[in-house]
Amino acid sequence: MANAAETAVARADLFTAVLSLADDHLILGHRVSEWCGHAPMLEEDLSLPNIALDLIGQARSLYTYAGAVEAKGRDEDALAYLRLERDYRNLLMVERQNGDFAHTMLRQFYYASFMVPYWDWTANNSADETLRAIAGKAVKEVRYHLRHSSEWVIRLGDGTEESAARMADAVDTLHIYTGEMFQETAAMKACAEARVLPRLNNLRGLWEQTVAQIFGQAFLTVPEVAYPQEGGRDGRHTEDFGFLLAQLQYMQRTYPGLEW
Amino acid sequence: MASPTVIALDRARDQKALDARAWAAASAVPDPEVPCVTVADLGILRGVSVDGASNMATVFVTPTYSGCPAVLAIEMAVETALLDAGFQAKIERVMSPAWTTDWITDAGREKLRAYGIAPPVSGSGKRALFDDPVVSCPRCASENTAKISEFGSTACKAQWQCRDCAEPFDYFKCI
Repeated sequence: MANAAETAVARADLFTAVLSLADDHLILGHRVSEWCGHAPMLEEDLSLPNIALDLIGQARSLYTYAGAVEAKGRDEDALAYLRLERDYRNLLMVERQNGDFAHTMLRQFYYASFMVPYWDWTANNSADETLRAIAGKAVKEVRYHLRHSSEWVIRLGDGTEESAARMADAVDTLHIYTGEMFQETAAMKACAEARVLPRLNNLRGLWEQTVAQIFGQAFLTVPEVAYPQEGGRDGRHTEDFGFLLAQLQYMQRTYPGLEW
Repeated sequence: MASPTVIALDRARDQKALDARAWAAASAVPDPEVPCVTVADLGILRGVSVDGASNMATVFVTPTYSGCPAVLAIEMAVETALLDAGFQAKIERVMSPAWTTDWITDAGREKLRAYGIAPPVSGSGKRALFDDPVVSCPRCASENTAKISEFGSTACKAQWQCRDCAEPFDYFKCI
């Protein structure tokens, strides 16, 4: 399966870049799964776990591939459950607490509008056969996530006084984390140069366009960010993350090697 | 004494018969979440090939959604069906090309409709962000229907409702 040797990127870089992508998906999927049984309406109680399933499914494919690239015998479970906090490379945005429904939907919108062009490029252009296959599947799923979250951003932003205030508050809270999506680490740069993964800077314009379009319909303003928040890509996380990992890793830590 | 050509032809015919028998066993497995259709109807089962010497059937299966919880159940059911039919079985998960609803057979679409699930509109691909397909009600065939939610009871379905007969129904999402 691993075809790292066939592309021009070093194994270590490919491993690190795929791992950070896998971490984004696992942690966001875990956060979204926390809504199960708590959503404001039945339809959303079905939607959110479905989205979480997609994200965790994508994470599984990515972890499995990362493990094969690393070639040290770590499988998806070892990578997902048995690392320490500082070894995770996910975006800070995805580890933040869910907040209210508006916060959750806005975060989903920010991430999905980033991943649509990301997977689209990878599915069509990547020199890496496995990543092309994973992307070909994921892009279909994330297009749904984008439709779903866009509709909610508009509905809440262009809704009641209360819903609009909550959506505006979500924008104030979360927009400072969006810059990190475009932060290119050395490993990502190496992958981009080998045409294995996209150049993040090339996705920025498309992302901003989508945000401007939906915010326009939702009567929301794109804020200026004075102090962008970064650190996740280097393993520097927020306080929330330790609590998340404690729950996420509980079963594997308590019953090592447990399988379904 | 048969000539080498005849032996080769015989072997090819045996191989074909063996593959066909394994396909028949695997393709009859119903989908665990939508049991009115088989894995072959859905286009999840991509191929079966038997190695005559070891009696090992290699089955190529493609998942519908990355996180579909039925994938494992489907693989186990296919493996069991092949064991029952007298084969050894090995499952190979194929990721590329990605599964599309266009692979659901016409017979599969009819079975879905009869079961109360609106089959996917043919021709997957990119749609505009908020562009909805025309979905006809599986109960009264009216096209006066509306989407209730983008997501439904399983990863592959959305919730719709008929505005004529008021029936709420599942729509098999087109991807």
